[in-house]
Amino acid sequence: MTTTESTLDRPASPPAFQPVSGARKTKNLVATVLVGLAFLVAVVPLVWLLITVVAKGFTALLSADWWTHSLKGVLPEEFTGGVYHAIIGTLLQTLVCALIAVPVGVLAAIYLVEYGRGRLARTTTFMVDILSGVPSIVAALFVFALWIGTFGLGQSAFAVSLSLVLLMLPVVVRSTEEMLRLVPQELREASYALGVPKWKTIVKIVLPTALSGVVTGVMLAMARVMGETAPVLVLVGYSKSINFNIFDGNMTSLPLLIYTELTNPLPAGQLRVWGAALTLIILIMLFNLVATVVSRFSAIKTK
Amino acid sequence: MAKRIDVKDLNIFYGKFHAVDGVTLAVPPRSVTAFIGPSGCGKSTVLRSLNRMHEVTPGARVEGKVLLDGEDIYASSVDPVEVRRTIGMVFQRPNPFPTMSIRDNVVAGLKLAGVSNRKQLNEVAERSLRGANLWAEVKDRLDKPGGSLSGGQQQRLCIARAIAVQPDVLLMDEPCSALDPISTLAIEDLIGELKKDFTIVIVTHNMQQAARVSDQTAFFNLAGVGQPGKLVEIDDTEKIFSNPNQQATEDYISGRFG
Ligand SMILES: Nc1ncnc2c1ncn2[C@@H]1O[C@H](COP(=O)(O)OP(=O)(O)OP(=O)(O)O)[C@@H](O)[C@H]1O
Ligand SMILES: [Mg+2]
Repeated sequence: MTTTESTLDRPASPPAFQPVSGARKTKNLVATVLVGLAFLVAVVPLVWLLITVVAKGFTALLSADWWTHSLKGVLPEEFTGGVYHAIIGTLLQTLVCALIAVPVGVLAAIYLVEYGRGRLARTTTFMVDILSGVPSIVAALFVFALWIGTFGLGQSAFAVSLSLVLLMLPVVVRSTEEMLRLVPQELREASYALGVPKWKTIVKIVLPTALSGVVTGVMLAMARVMGETAPVLVLVGYSKSINFNIFDGNMTSLPLLIYTELTNPLPAGQLRVWGAALTLIILIMLFNLVATVVSRFSAIKTK
Repeated sequence: MAKRIDVKDLNIFYGKFHAVDGVTLAVPPRSVTAFIGPSGCGKSTVLRSLNRMHEVTPGARVEGKVLLDGEDIYASSVDPVEVRRTIGMVFQRPNPFPTMSIRDNVVAGLKLAGVSNRKQLNEVAERSLRGANLWAEVKDRLDKPGGSLSGGQQQRLCIARAIAVQPDVLLMDEPCSALDPISTLAIEDLIGELKKDFTIVIVTHNMQQAARVSDQTAFFNLAGVGQPGKLVEIDDTEKIFSNPNQQATEDYISGRFG
């Protein structure tokens, strides 16, 4: 009897949409909480780090001397002087590195994408893979052995730049390669169909189309090597004064200054450490910002 | 201007794969020849071998002859770049150069060949855009990027770009397959006008289009999967569509397969 009743009570056909089951609600909740936690784990240390650096180094950046003076003649306990020499050092070493790594890297990427076939291309790709896995200290040691050991040349900022090249090159090759591969084959063929030779197609059609991405990749790679510390510890000496000569003499960069001032336990030294750290972060952020602006600016317009 | 093409015993290979077998056909100057046939039978492959564009594909090679007014474009002394300048191409999807303005797109071929005279470039741009029936629509925004046009306009821009270098022959691979009916009509009208000056070969999947625009039609077919494509027959379009010599052609045209 009861069965008949319940059958009669039921609607003729079941509703199309069932309510969300309890099990699914629980799963959803668990997943949401897990994702939220993972997000916190990722973000909290980052924010914490930024707050620490800003809190401890901020006051150093407020004086005009910080941006315009070196530490020449400044005693360990004095709060005067600045990191102008280290900013110059960091920028010079990165710039010289980029001057070498960008042409070589972009040309290598062009070779790989546009011409590379067979064994040479495979070998190049393999080498780039290996290079991108080389730790910075190993790159520094290699340049040390070659430049200072084999060639008998002295420590210099240029040696630092050379080892930075080893670190920057694979990044430039990779990012440029990716950007060039994004250029549709049809554009190349359209150019060939106009009777444009291959090299001209690459220079005038393919590269301009990929330019924005290539520039962004280069800027990010520069920002990346800017903070490299191992090469400056191994390949160049510390100096308290300004040096523009990359081939001769000691040249301080921000990482080197931080490392050196760490041995100074006085409050002035600590302030310089955190101030330089904050300066380095700002410098790298500026580069990333410029990368964004440049890529916006050179991006392909459709309006 | 407007040269004839003679294809003799053309075999085309992608590496070891024999894609097209023994094509022989003739395209008279100032005419439109349509290539039709089921997908994969080698229409694009044959078309691309007419201006050596297939050489862009690694491993692709041809055997046989393609004569442009009697001159073999595969002769060892011939520069493929020169061949492609003489035999232009329009592709399936409109592909204006994204970094260039409408005007620069049209004169890209000349500019990249070293022409820098502004007056001459402007003249060529206007003449080509008029030739492609696009002038009225874009004359007030020549400095806007090529990508800002509609798909149909972009395709006509690509045609303007192709005719700006004054080729002898224009190859078109399904130029309307990405376009709406109105734009398609505009391009078909254009083809009718262009054939006064150029020799045109067009690949199309649209039977009505082949019937509307072409003077002669070539039907390609495929014996089976993995087999090379073959030219079944080539004849006056009217004949092909009313009374073809081969049963396979009639079956294909009447929609019995393909
Ligand atoms: N780049 C390539 N590498 C190897 N094989 C290819 C290549 N391009 C085309 N083929 C092969 O050659 C044959 C002919 O292809 P093709 O593109 O010429 O056909 P189609 O007639 O133009 O077809 P559709 O109508 O679909 O465009 C096919 O079997 C195809 O798989
Ligand atoms: Mg095709």
